[in-house]
Amino acid sequence: MTFKTLLTTTAFAALMSSPVLAQQISIKAGVLNDRSGLYADLSGEGSVIAAKMAVEDFKAAEKGIKVEIVSADHQNKPDVGSTIARTWYDQDGVDLILDVPTSSVALAVSQITKDKNKVHINSGAAASDLTGKACTPNTIHWTYDTYALAQGTGGAMVKAGGDSWYFLTADYAFGHALERDASAVVVKNGGKVLGAVRTPFPGTDFSSFLLQAQASKAKVIGLANAGGDTINSIKQAGEFGIVAGGQKLAGLLVFITDVHALGLQTAQGLVLTESFYWDSNDGTRAFSERFAKANGGKKPSMVQAGVYSGMLHYLKAVEAAKSKDSATVVAKMKELPTDDPLFGKGTVRADGRKMHDVYLFEVKKPSESKAPWDYYKQIAVLPAEQAFRPLSESECPLVKK
Amino acid sequence: MFELLGIPPQALFGQVLLGLINGSFYAILSLGLAVIFGLLNIINFAHGAQYMMGAFVAWMCLNYFGINYWAALLLAPLIVGVFGVIIERVLIARLANLDHLYGLLLTFGLALIIQGLFRNQYGSSGLPYQIPPQLTGGQNLGFMFLPNYRAWVIAASLVVCLATWFLIEKTRLGAYLRAATENPTLTQAFGINVPLLVTLTYGFGVALAAFAGVLAAPIYSVNPNMGADLIIVVFAVVVIGGMGSILGAIITGFGLGLIEGLTKVFYPEAAATVIFIIMVLVLLVKPAGLFGRTT
Repeated sequence: MTFKTLLTTTAFAALMSSPVLAQQISIKAGVLNDRSGLYADLSGEGSVIAAKMAVEDFKAAEKGIKVEIVSADHQNKPDVGSTIARTWYDQDGVDLILDVPTSSVALAVSQITKDKNKVHINSGAAASDLTGKACTPNTIHWTYDTYALAQGTGGAMVKAGGDSWYFLTADYAFGHALERDASAVVVKNGGKVLGAVRTPFPGTDFSSFLLQAQASKAKVIGLANAGGDTINSIKQAGEFGIVAGGQKLAGLLVFITDVHALGLQTAQGLVLTESFYWDSNDGTRAFSERFAKANGGKKPSMVQAGVYSGMLHYLKAVEAAKSKDSATVVAKMKELPTDDPLFGKGTVRADGRKMHDVYLFEVKKPSESKAPWDYYKQIAVLPAEQAFRPLSESECPLVKK
Repeated sequence: MFELLGIPPQALFGQVLLGLINGSFYAILSLGLAVIFGLLNIINFAHGAQYMMGAFVAWMCLNYFGINYWAALLLAPLIVGVFGVIIERVLIARLANLDHLYGLLLTFGLALIIQGLFRNQYGSSGLPYQIPPQLTGGQNLGFMFLPNYRAWVIAASLVVCLATWFLIEKTRLGAYLRAATENPTLTQAFGINVPLLVTLTYGFGVALAAFAGVLAAPIYSVNPNMGADLIIVVFAVVVIGGMGSILGAIITGFGLGLIEGLTKVFYPEAAATVIFIIMVLVLLVKPAGLFGRTT
C-alpha cells in the first residue's frame, strides 16, 4: 500500500535512436514526498513533473545520460520514508532522492543517504539542521530553510514594531526548528518571546491555542507550522477576531498553495518569505506556464521549482564529472556555480546549503489580483548571505573553521 | 485574582466552551455512527469521507450554482444521504449476513476511493469557504470573544442530536427501528418493511455526517483529508460511549470534546492522544463502553 510507484523512462525512446555513445551513464532518481496528505499540493506529483522537466530541458538523452524517475508517498511518516529510501537504495538501484518535505522524514532520509553513500537533494523540508548539526557530505538543501524563513518574515515583523512574540508550534522537528530560529531572530533584533504552545501535528482546531496566544498579549503570533495547520490557524484567527483585536499574525512558512486554499479574502496582507514566485520574471513565467499545463493548471510552488533546479544542477555535475559516483558528483555540484531561470545564479556551499536570494512578499488584496494565482507583491529581497546562516555560525562538522 | 492550576478562570471558561464546540462535531458524527451500527451492525468507516463530502457539496453548491450556506445546510445532507442510500442498496445490503469485518473493510475501501477521487480533482490543501454573512462577527462574553458562528454550531448540533434521540427513543418510527434492531425476522413478520428501514437508517446516518461537514466548512479547511483526520477520534468516542448507544454517543461526544479542550490548556502535546488514553481506561473497566449494554 505504501508504494505508488510511477515509472517514467524519459530518455528511453531517444536512446534507441541516438548514435552510439562512448560513455553511457544511467541514473535513477527517486522523488520521495507527500502524495496524499497535507503537503501533497505543494510537493506531490508536481515535484515529479518538475524533475521530468529538468531532464527534458537538460537534454539528458543527447548528452549520453539516461534518466529514469520513480516516485513514492512517504505519508509524512519517518518510518515509511526510511523504508522506501532503503528499498530504493538497496534493491531498486536509485542514485539520488529528491524533494522530501516534512523535516522529520528528511532528517531520517538524509542519514540513510549518508550510510548508503548516495545523494539527497532536499527541496521540501525546512529544518535548518539539515545543513547544520545534522549535515552530511551527501545532502544538499536546496530551496529554503527555517533560518531563512525566520530572517525574512521574523526580521520584517520585528522591524515593523512587532517586538513581543508568542508561537504556535507544530510539535515535530520542523516546528521546533522554526520556533528556535525565529526566536533567535526576534531576540537578536531586540524583541522578546513571551511563550509558545506545541500543537499536535497535524491539527484541525487551533482556536484553543489561539486563545492562549491572545491571552499572552504578545504583539505578534508566530505560526511555526505549515500546510493545512497554517491554513486552519489563519482561518480561525480571523474568526476569533485576533487580527481585528490588534495582534498580528506571522505565517513563518506560507506556500502559494496555502494562499490559494485560504482565498485572498482571508489571506490578504499576510507577509511571507519564499525563494521563488512564478510571476517574478520572464524566466519564471515561461517555466510556470509549461509546468501548469502539465499540472492541471496549478502554478509551481517554490518546493517544486527547487526540485527542478536541483535536478538540473545534479545533471550538470554528472556531465562535468563524467561519473555518477556520489562523492565525485557532490564535489562537482559544490564546485560548479548554479544557474537556472528559476533561482538565478547561485552556489552550493561546503555544508550543503544552496545559496540564492530570498524574497519577502505581501499577499495582495482581492481587488489587486488580476488573474488566478496572481497573489503576491514583492516587498523586499534578502541577499543569500543575509538569508542563510553564515558559515561562521555553522554547527556543521563539514565546515572547517 | 485567583487562579486555578495556574490558569486564570476567564481563560478556563473560554477553553471549556471551545471544548464543547469541538465536542458538538464529535457528537453529531458519533451519533450517526451509533445509529448505523445499532441497526445495520455495520462499522461505517466511510463516515469521515461522507462528512468531507458534506463540506464539499456545500462548496460546490456555492461555487457552481450560487446556492448559499443556509440552503446547502439542507441540500448537502440530502444529496449525500441519497448517495448513502445508493451505497447501501448496491453494496452494503449484500453483506447483511456476513461478519462485521466485511462491512468494515467495504466501507474503509469506499472511504479511500472517495477521498482519492476528491484529492485528484481538488488537491489536498483545501478550498476556501466563507462564514455566512449573517453569522460573521462575535460576542464579547467578558471572559472570551465568542464568534457567532461557533455559537450557532453548538446550538445547531444540540438541536439535531436531541431531535435524533427523540425520534429513535420516543416515536413510533423509532419503536419500529428498535424492534428491527432486536429481532429483524420477527419485526418483518409484523408487516414492517425492514430492508427499507435499514436503507433509510443508513441514509439518515450518512446525512448526519454530511450535516456536520457543512457546519465545519466555514471554520476548518475544506479538504479531502478532513474526515480521515477526524474519523479515528470519532470511533474512539463511539467505543467509549458504547457501540450503538444513542444517548451515549451524544454525551460522550460533548464530554470528550471538553476533556480534549482542557488538555489543550494544561498539556497541549497530549491533546491528540488523551481521547485514546480514556478509551483504553474505559475498555479496561467497562468493555461495553460507558452507556453500552452487555449482551
